[in-house]
Amino acid sequence: MIPIDLPTIWAFIIAFAVFVYVVMDGFDLGLGILFPLFPRKEDRDVIMNSVAPVWDGNETWLVLGGGGMMAAFPLAYAVLMPALYTPMIAMLLGLVFRGVAFEFRWRTTKERNKWDIAFTGGSLLATLAQGIALGAILQGIRVDGRVYAGGWWDWLTPFSILTGVALVIGYALLGATWLVMKTEGDLRDRAYGLSWALLFAMLGAIGAVSIATPFLHVQYTQRWFVWPNIILTAPVPIAVAGVTVLLLRSLAHKYDYQPFFLALALFALSYAGLGISMYPYIVPQSITIWQAASPANSQIFMLFGVAVLIPLILGYTAWAYWVFRGKVKPESGYH
Amino acid sequence: MFEGWDAVVLARAQFAFTMSFHIVFPAFSIGLASYLAVLEALWLWTGREVFINLFNYWLKIFAVAFGMGVVSGIVMSYQFGTNWSAFSDKAGPVIGPLMAYEVLTAFFLEAGFLGVMLFGLERVGHRLHFFATLMVAVGTLISALWILSANSWMQTPTGHAVNAAGQFVAADWFKVIFNPSFPYRLVHMVLAAYLTTALVVGAVGAYHLLRDSHLAGPRVMFSMAMWMASLVAPIQILAGDQHGLNTLEHQPVKIMAMEGHFESHKDGAPLILFGWPDQAAGKVRYAVEIPKLGSVILKHSPDAPMAGLDTVPRENWPPVPITFWSFRIMVGMGVLMMTLGFLSLWMRWRGTLYESRLLHMFAVAMAPSGFIAVLAGWITTETGRQPFTVYGLLRTVDAASPLAAPAVASSLIAFIIVYFAVFTAGVIYLLRLMAEPPHHGEQGPGKEAPARAAGITPAAGAAAEGAAR
Repeated sequence: MIPIDLPTIWAFIIAFAVFVYVVMDGFDLGLGILFPLFPRKEDRDVIMNSVAPVWDGNETWLVLGGGGMMAAFPLAYAVLMPALYTPMIAMLLGLVFRGVAFEFRWRTTKERNKWDIAFTGGSLLATLAQGIALGAILQGIRVDGRVYAGGWWDWLTPFSILTGVALVIGYALLGATWLVMKTEGDLRDRAYGLSWALLFAMLGAIGAVSIATPFLHVQYTQRWFVWPNIILTAPVPIAVAGVTVLLLRSLAHKYDYQPFFLALALFALSYAGLGISMYPYIVPQSITIWQAASPANSQIFMLFGVAVLIPLILGYTAWAYWVFRGKVKPESGYH
Repeated sequence: MFEGWDAVVLARAQFAFTMSFHIVFPAFSIGLASYLAVLEALWLWTGREVFINLFNYWLKIFAVAFGMGVVSGIVMSYQFGTNWSAFSDKAGPVIGPLMAYEVLTAFFLEAGFLGVMLFGLERVGHRLHFFATLMVAVGTLISALWILSANSWMQTPTGHAVNAAGQFVAADWFKVIFNPSFPYRLVHMVLAAYLTTALVVGAVGAYHLLRDSHLAGPRVMFSMAMWMASLVAPIQILAGDQHGLNTLEHQPVKIMAMEGHFESHKDGAPLILFGWPDQAAGKVRYAVEIPKLGSVILKHSPDAPMAGLDTVPRENWPPVPITFWSFRIMVGMGVLMMTLGFLSLWMRWRGTLYESRLLHMFAVAMAPSGFIAVLAGWITTETGRQPFTVYGLLRTVDAASPLAAPAVASSLIAFIIVYFAVFTAGVIYLLRLMAEPPHHGEQGPGKEAPARAAGITPAAGAAAEGAAR
């Protein structure tokens, strides 16, 4: 059904990089979004310290997603980036504020509050922009020849706002369950409370996006609801229901380590759903992965590097997480 | 607003602005990562406390500078697509893999080990921590390797073909990566990064020696930095000369602009020291020149003929005044660096390296010289490549995204406001860290708050440090 050729392999590699980014920077950004709900300085220090050693590595996956796309699917990169100009620039500026806040807030007492606001504002802006970009891609992009043919506000629709808000909720859920895993005492208890609320909001968001997507284009409807595709697509919502039950149970029983990974599973399923909707297009309804693919020798040249280096990267990234494993204690902050 | 503006000019302004802000951070952190690795190695080898104090002192500075480099770097990696989409489509199959390799071999390595380097000394032990530091340092160098290969291919493209869709594709990856200007540009840039860092380290050392010439930490860092300046600055000038000869061979028009050679010289070209290049009139006004020296430097013969811009169609001229002057600023900085290095050797020989106030004030004044030289050098090489993005093959006007001027103008204004707000604050924090001398028992980014609470005063620390020597 899915041919195994270079563009398909690369589509999976890029999708993998973007997913790892969503997983890893998702909880970092989620912590930024939740920051205003934890006004005590001690709590904020703990929250920051829980990701300080790893945030930079997490963000690198975004560079791989973008850089890899330019290399493997240059046409798609060249069409999508101008189409998403405003959300992309907003995301980059948001990431500037978020990133520097990690270092700057430890360098000043007087202005710490300012950098805490930058941390939240930057995280929120970057997340919203990523969600809007996703919605804008799904709803389709006007292409003429090899060039983006729309205006610079085409991305702004009710659907893209919906996906933007959905991603904010999703990242906040990842952040809350991360705190459940990495903190103790009162901070952890409040994170549990937030996880409950955010889980229901997340389910609502998944539902809303799932209902709205088939109305965007007939391809999406056929992909999901027409026989025999439905045999292959039906397991996705069923799995979402199953994971939700497990997640509710782990929250009820206060299994500190489970909610985060189950929330990740919810993300993985939603992401798989997006993949099912989009495949084989990389720019929906306009450009397929084969049309956008760079020449075979470019893709092969990089495939050697990916085959050797990605496992290595995953290895030492896991090691870095292992070094800083366990609950973050207020007094043993890395900063 | 901005409807009458040229979208391509705005996009170029945005790239130049964001790039100029970005480049100073990697230039500093490439050198600083290597310096940190040396300091930690010296500490592990000798066990002298001054080295771990210096390591932790510079590590805090590294953390802030590296963070600013990362966030401004992500902007660059996406700007190829947002603002230069035609370039991304056409050159993506060649440039993209080089940048993907940079991410895979360098960015992950740096980011993966950075956390352990910054916060992990007590969690992983000395040897593993040193390994992490080494990986960060190696990562910064690998990053320089790939990105300079990509940039050099845009300057001196080789090993490519053009496919039916009009894209550049690799015919020979070895020739793409090791294109003719790459080795020269790599050496020149890495040495520039080392010099930039040495001059900052030297200036910080000198600043504290001016206040108290007995402080152990500042003495060690000043001495190390001055060795770097005296050894590397002359090597850098030689490397720059070789790079220039390479440019003459592959991008002669850039050399014409750098030298201000509007006119051809059949029997020996002068060296124009200063003047005002008038692009419209096609001549250098108020030129101060030395006859024949241009040919001596570039062709090693006083009477060698040199072609000028009059042999090149006007539409292929780079902006001569910018190229001409940025080149002179870079060379001027290089000469000042060498002067500082030689002066330090002289003072060292006389035994007054740590006492000479003149030398220390000179070193403090030279703190930004590396950054100025790096920026001027990049402006020279990038402006000198114009009006092409891929030299001789893809014009800059044909490389831009199909964006309306108001979109680019808005983003440019946003970048200017955000960068000035954020990076001004960052530089202030860096200067604040540098304004304190390294203390006895200096702590890294992980542990500074408890250490200060433990009540080690700077004066007591300095005394203990002095006694430890």
